[in-house]
Amino acid sequence: MRTAPRLGPRLVTAAATALALLLTGCSGDSGDDDGKITLQFQSLAWQKESVDANKALVKEWNATHPDVKVEYVQGSWDSVHDQLLTSFEGGEAPDIIHDASDDLADFAYGGYLADIGDLLPERLKSDIPKRSWETTTFGGKVYGVPFLQEPRVLIANAKWLKKSGVRIPTPEKPWSWAEFRSVSKELGDGTDGKYGVAWPLKEPVSATLNLSLSTGGKMFHRGADGKVDVRFDAADEIMPRTVHDQVNTDKSASGTTLGMGGSDTLPGFFGGKYAMVPLGFSYRQQIVQQAPKGFDWQVLPAPAGAEGLAQGVSPQTLSVSEDSPHKKEAAEFIDFFLQPDNMVKLARGDWMLPTGAEALRDPALRTKKDDWAAGTALAEHLRPAPAQSVRGYPEWKDKVATPALQEYYSGAIGLDELRKRLVKDGNLVLKRYQR
Amino acid sequence: MMRTKKSTRAAQYTALAAYLVFLAFPFLWLISTAFKPARELGSLHPTWIPKDPTLENFRQAFDEQPLLQAAGNSLIAALSASLIAVVIATPMAYVMARHRNRVSKAATGWVVISQAFPFVLIIIPLFLILKNLHLINSLLGLIMVYVVWSLPFALWMLVGYVRAVPTELEEAAAVDGASKVRTFVSVVAPLLAPGIVATAMFAFITAWNEFFFALVLLKTPEKQTLPVILNRFIGSEGVADLGPLAAAAFLATIPSLVIFAIIQKRITGGMLAGAVKA
Repeated sequence: MRTAPRLGPRLVTAAATALALLLTGCSGDSGDDDGKITLQFQSLAWQKESVDANKALVKEWNATHPDVKVEYVQGSWDSVHDQLLTSFEGGEAPDIIHDASDDLADFAYGGYLADIGDLLPERLKSDIPKRSWETTTFGGKVYGVPFLQEPRVLIANAKWLKKSGVRIPTPEKPWSWAEFRSVSKELGDGTDGKYGVAWPLKEPVSATLNLSLSTGGKMFHRGADGKVDVRFDAADEIMPRTVHDQVNTDKSASGTTLGMGGSDTLPGFFGGKYAMVPLGFSYRQQIVQQAPKGFDWQVLPAPAGAEGLAQGVSPQTLSVSEDSPHKKEAAEFIDFFLQPDNMVKLARGDWMLPTGAEALRDPALRTKKDDWAAGTALAEHLRPAPAQSVRGYPEWKDKVATPALQEYYSGAIGLDELRKRLVKDGNLVLKRYQR
Repeated sequence: MMRTKKSTRAAQYTALAAYLVFLAFPFLWLISTAFKPARELGSLHPTWIPKDPTLENFRQAFDEQPLLQAAGNSLIAALSASLIAVVIATPMAYVMARHRNRVSKAATGWVVISQAFPFVLIIIPLFLILKNLHLINSLLGLIMVYVVWSLPFALWMLVGYVRAVPTELEEAAAVDGASKVRTFVSVVAPLLAPGIVATAMFAFITAWNEFFFALVLLKTPEKQTLPVILNRFIGSEGVADLGPLAAAAFLATIPSLVIFAIIQKRITGGMLAGAVKA
């Protein structure tokens, strides 16, 4: 006969007591009642240097502004959209919001973000170029301050390039897409498992759209009525066709990296499998940390086309919640936070480029160490990502463009099928959002 | 015949070993990664045993994030939620298992359907309710959410355990003059103990690992739980600070492992209790 184990009465009593103590000890915070203004600043900084820089600036503000206290709240990139949406709906959004410009359109159209155009000082407005403001301006209203941005660059094995004797591109004299293709072939065609380039295209859409700006490819065209339609013209074809041919014809690009994220390609890059990897500028930090001792790497500009080195970016932004009762103070904090010296600290913490012209002139961002100078030279060529403010873009990206581009790059479908899907299927999606 | 048995057994052990390796692989890899220096993380030929093991990832993880405080918050939330869930679910499960009528059938249906609701559908109304109760940024609010969230599954599990308890025992208690409550407390509940422990364990693990509710409801670092804090090691476009993330994730698994180890016997008992035919 089985005897069931018993839950002893002492155990039950102890558990109940512990539970009661726990519940009484974990009720919510009470708000400030000393009459001072308190602003919540939700930051998405995540690298140690960046978090330290953010916190130091908040501390500095609090020390010099006794009547307006800023509380640092840590957010995370991975889940910021859902978290913010819930906070907006619940009326509990932070006053100052750190996000990326491509996430702002939905929040701006939804009425969650304040128009801060009139609250920002002229200093800040004129310091950041117009093309950067375009990423946060919808319907003539400014819903955020773009402050950090990241070009896509080619990170190359310097020794391999030097040994091969190919021409090393510079921002003044970059490779054309055709030259890039031929150089990649020269650097490696898959024999001995060595490739000229590794394209990490797990998320192929933004890379394709942003790099296609160099050839004049826009894909999204806004008509006089404000409606957007997708086209896939000759200028749009150049970048995707180059990648496709590198993988499937020349074999100069590894097919296995097409499904990888940027970090996944680094071991192969360090191990001498790939001569070049197109990555975001901030990946330099990982390379500095992880590369084997003596590994010689360098930053090269992405290939250029008819539009030169132009490429799309979605800058990091600071916005103010529409529900914030202290918009003026929030804008003052943003002005303080984005003073040129501070912008440099933030840029260095995130290994990115500041949008501000004065910060960009700082010698710390023009040093040859870690190839800061090579990236800074690209700043003037950065444009708003083509998908900024296109309603329905997330659905077009997930349901149409991502699978179509993945199949095209892997060689499963041809250019005509790709065009048909991006344009015909894509416009059906966009139409639903523009009725 | 003997040979067949031996070969069958060998195949069974091979399958079991393969399954264990499959289960253990991610955990062992996590441990290995946690002790690797940054340069080994970027190696094209990774090794199981770090060539140059380091505690730097742990130091960095503790240095960058309030891991102990977050672990404490997770422990409070998960323990409270699992305890409350089983305290509520046990009598409910008894009623649902023993009194099969329209109400209990409808309740069972509702339990099944409630599991199909996506988070995003319930989070906003839940957020508004908790806001009105001043329970945003409060572990108490989070615990309430976890209880509501884990209750259907706890109920479902316990109904199975109650049904496995022979009704003859209750009839015998009734013949001896025991009231319904006395029968439940003195006869049924002790037999359900393994099931209650197993259910509490599942409720604990669910709450311990939960991320989205905690992310949305808890704002200040002093209140945030481990999954939210671990998420901070991941940057934009999925770039991760892999070494400290692995170190922190490894530490985060330890409380669950310890609790599992302590109550393993009871869980095993609980599984068997469900399997015994009344």
